[in-house]
Amino acid sequence: MLDISTWFNDLLAGNTIFTADTLGYYWEGLVTTTQLVFLSLVAGLIIAVPLAIMRSSKHKWISLPIYFYTYVFRGTPLLIQLYIIYYGVVFIDGIQDTFLWPVLREAFYPALIAFTLNTAAYTTEIFRGAIKATAQGEIEAARAYGMSPRLMMRRIILPSAFRRALPAYGNEVIFMLHASAIASVVTLMDLTGAARFVYARYYAPFEAFLFVAAIYLCLTFAILFFFRYLEKKLLAHLNP
Amino acid sequence: MKKLLTLSLLGLAVAAASSAQARDYDNVRIGVDVPYEPMEFRTAEGELTGFDIDLGNELCDRMGVTCEWVEQAWDGIIPGLMSRNYDAIMSSMTINEERRAQVLFSDPYITMPSAWFAASDLGISEATKETLEGMTIGVQRGTLQDNYVTDNFSDVAEISRYSTADDMVLDMAAERLDIVFLDFPIGQSTLLESDEAEYVVVGERISEPKEYFGDGFGIAFRQRDEALAEKFNEALAEVQEDGTYDEIYARYFGEEDAE
Repeated sequence: MLDISTWFNDLLAGNTIFTADTLGYYWEGLVTTTQLVFLSLVAGLIIAVPLAIMRSSKHKWISLPIYFYTYVFRGTPLLIQLYIIYYGVVFIDGIQDTFLWPVLREAFYPALIAFTLNTAAYTTEIFRGAIKATAQGEIEAARAYGMSPRLMMRRIILPSAFRRALPAYGNEVIFMLHASAIASVVTLMDLTGAARFVYARYYAPFEAFLFVAAIYLCLTFAILFFFRYLEKKLLAHLNP
Repeated sequence: MKKLLTLSLLGLAVAAASSAQARDYDNVRIGVDVPYEPMEFRTAEGELTGFDIDLGNELCDRMGVTCEWVEQAWDGIIPGLMSRNYDAIMSSMTINEERRAQVLFSDPYITMPSAWFAASDLGISEATKETLEGMTIGVQRGTLQDNYVTDNFSDVAEISRYSTADDMVLDMAAERLDIVFLDFPIGQSTLLESDEAEYVVVGERISEPKEYFGDGFGIAFRQRDEALAEKFNEALAEVQEDGTYDEIYARYFGEEDAE
């Protein structure tokens, strides 16, 4: 243990920018970014599945509201959504006295809400596309077996739709990671926030941002690797 | 393609030649981070004004050069100078050692203490490690206030860093922040004189230690533009001599507070 810490100190010796302190900020930033992206993706996924089913419904009064939601959230920049949810809500009179305030007071939760709603909108459309692309033959076969629409959705349509959606969803995960870089505008110390802090303190744009870019690259690589593994496993039957 | 290459090489050569020699400026571009009331801000009509702006324009008049103000967010203001987006920075920039390593400063043109501002019902009379424990402190990212608070209070309090002073004031009104640390006149005009809520100054105004709070505000130049800095210094001395400086000062800070 002692060896590692002396090795670490030697490594940083003479470096005025990457001290143990600033690396601490980057580490904090990595934790915040990971939490934010992971939680919003999980929540977004959970919301998106039922929404995608409703969105592909034949009934207009079910599918139209969902379409409106995805249209609004895909049609406006995430930054604007974040501003509205963080700075906008404080202009509602008396918001400080409601039960919502403990949640909205921290910068983390407004950011989480904005990211979740945004990724849920994109994911809904990805899944809807995959559901619509289900082969007609499979549906007819399921009907011929006398499956109820509910059972057919669960056994036939959703499993194959998830598989089809996988590559597109992997892209959405990477987009979300990169979109999370705007969290620092609402004072969150995420990876980009840490880089901006180091940049502003030491006037060292190259060092601060190249370092953080390398961290994002590593994260992206991990995500790509994970999705490639999933695709290999789940789409094995499609391989030649 | 080849032509394009030659052309761009030529362009590079010209740029290199012109930057090699210190230029004689007759058009000076000055970088400024707006808003930072009352030092630099826009009137309701959208006109750029403030102490820095008025003093800067006066200095330019004296030197017989035309000045152009270029807006730049604070956290990129020194890199912007280095990359020649403008030739000087006049934006409430405190002279300190860290910055001196990067830029050349004029003589200080104003000294300005920092201060803690909080809602009047916060109930502390002094900002120390004990009283600020567990609170959320607001600062503008990359300012000397940020450095001071980061080094002295990050172990006991949470620090929220904002891109602009305005966002910070908004979050103060929203009760997301318990206390903010600002240049005194900025806090005075944005918080004390606002009629929305009651704010007070907590404790004394702070301008020590020098390591953080420096020697007052200066105009920043690229290291090699010594001639330009010298011209600004001469103009500044002249303005301070003949009373124009006091007149501009009184316009923004009143008569009584001249320290």
